Amino acid sequence: MTDARLTLGPLLFNWPAERYRDFYYRIADEAPVDRVCLGEVVCSKRTPFVQDSLPSIIDRLESGGKEVVLSTLALPTLDREMKYTAGLASSGRTLEINDVSQIALVRGRPFHVGPLLNVYNEATVEYLAALGACAIALPPELSRPSIAAIAAASRRATIEVWAFGRVPLAISARCYHARVHNLTKDSCQFVCERDADGLTVETLDAQGFLAINGVQTLSHTYCNVIDDVVDLARTGVASFRLSPHSCDMVAVATTFRSVLAGKLGADEAMHQLSELKTGAPFSNGFVHGTAGAACV
Amino acid sequence: MPPEAGASLEIVCPAGTPAALRTAVEAGADCVYCGFRDETNARNFPGLNFDRAEMRNGIEFAHRHGAKVLIAINTFPRAGDLTPWHRALDDAAAMGTDAVILADIGLLAYAAQRHPDLRLHLSVQAAAASAESIRFYVDAFGVKRVVLPRVLSVAEIAQVNAAIPCETEVFAFGGLCVMAEGRCSLSSYATGKSPNMHGVCSPASHVVYREQGGELVSRLGGFTINRVPRDAPVAYPTLCKGRFQTAFGAGYLFEEPASLDARRILPELRDAGVKALKIEGRQRSRAYTKAVVSAFRAAVDALKRGEPIQDGQLGEFTEGQRATCGAYLKTWR
Repeated sequence: MTDARLTLGPLLFNWPAERYRDFYYRIADEAPVDRVCLGEVVCSKRTPFVQDSLPSIIDRLESGGKEVVLSTLALPTLDREMKYTAGLASSGRTLEINDVSQIALVRGRPFHVGPLLNVYNEATVEYLAALGACAIALPPELSRPSIAAIAAASRRATIEVWAFGRVPLAISARCYHARVHNLTKDSCQFVCERDADGLTVETLDAQGFLAINGVQTLSHTYCNVIDDVVDLARTGVASFRLSPHSCDMVAVATTFRSVLAGKLGADEAMHQLSELKTGAPFSNGFVHGTAGAACV
Repeated sequence: MPPEAGASLEIVCPAGTPAALRTAVEAGADCVYCGFRDETNARNFPGLNFDRAEMRNGIEFAHRHGAKVLIAINTFPRAGDLTPWHRALDDAAAMGTDAVILADIGLLAYAAQRHPDLRLHLSVQAAAASAESIRFYVDAFGVKRVVLPRVLSVAEIAQVNAAIPCETEVFAFGGLCVMAEGRCSLSSYATGKSPNMHGVCSPASHVVYREQGGELVSRLGGFTINRVPRDAPVAYPTLCKGRFQTAFGAGYLFEEPASLDARRILPELRDAGVKALKIEGRQRSRAYTKAVVSAFRAAVDALKRGEPIQDGQLGEFTEGQRATCGAYLKTWR
């Protein structure tokens, strides 16, 4: 049994506003997670659609006993994107930053660091912690020895590890969803909304490989470290991140919670997660220091 | 920071070997960048890079010919094992390098504290894509130059330059990353080896070619990256330049095999306030170095004299014999 916590990461995909709201209402009422990250991380063109429902979602999540953190854009370059993030910072809520440009907005008060900011070692953790970082989600490509070394060395910031969901692998100026549909980023018609978990990319041999989500590229596989969470928690990892998908995320959270609480064995937990019908295999290669696509 | 009037664009050239360093300097490079022979730099390829003595000699040779040497220590140090990166930095400083090129926040902090007089450049691997990001690195560590990630248009580069207190360097020729550099783990997803941690992308050790049904299939770490008819030219299977398929058809979903060639937009880049032009390719041949550096020397000199820039002649050094201006033109997105 461990006292590690569960974080629901920000939804990375573009869901219709109603689905978005209903998803978070259910999380608020039913999911055994400690913290929920809200906000658009991938593409600033999507932000207007869910903006109106955020206050009621935040209320509901807090009523459900969840800590709410606002996540920020991963690759802001435009003035309006900077202003949008500055607006989030001025709300007074804790921000989880995903780009170095946002440090100036949060320094001197407690903030979180998301998995899309490059934190590969204890020296970087220490530098960010001195600026006020109190929770740091590590990049998903780190292996157990690196995770353990960072967790052991981090005195001020708690350490989180990517535990469930398609892994964000890359971000670009170019929108691949638009490109697939012969559109450009500026005239994208929001085609990314059609793929609730990203658009599957196969090799020419029809092997599942990646998933396109606008300017972001994710893994085809769903990372799933249920076999490793108890071991990772023993190394000092304080929380585990579940990334939202269209599968039953309440069930995912419940399963992880049961394993961390010592009430469910890893084999039975894996069996439960296999029943989710994600449409893609699981992987855990990154934690095991090999190709991320592998399932060890 | 706008460059002073009449200033020439600086040409920053790759050198994977001591011979390439000499070739680059003799062909007219203002600066040469290189790395130590280990995982501390982002071109950690077999047979490439410099041991300590070679680096010392290279710096001496470059300085004698009026050129500078920049040492790239631009991977992200491994947790629990920072020593190789610290030693690389200490050695670079002791050798009298003109600057080091760094990406990791922890390593930048170490450099600023231990070597306050050492000139720091921010590697493209830090993906500082905005004035706000760049100001963080300048304020925190005294960074003097930032290599911009290949996600900004020329107009955006001009806006960034107007709002920052340091120089910028942009990629002008060579292999084109389509993802924000330093924010990409596609390679480690397929192979376990990544640019950020190991200094490699789509490593040759994980590439397999095989013939199948009259086609040549190129694979990387168990994934097919492309198939071409047996007699057709085959590009190296860099993951993001492969052909893949979705429910909407097959094709180069991320980018066609193509190389960046920014010669025709050099006037715009200069007017946008760019200080230096970076040529990619520490892993490329001396013939490449000589041809590309000479062509850029001619282009930059022509620009300075107000003459038209000739932009032919480098076709054989581009991927797929195809050149692009990439993200510098907004239509690329």
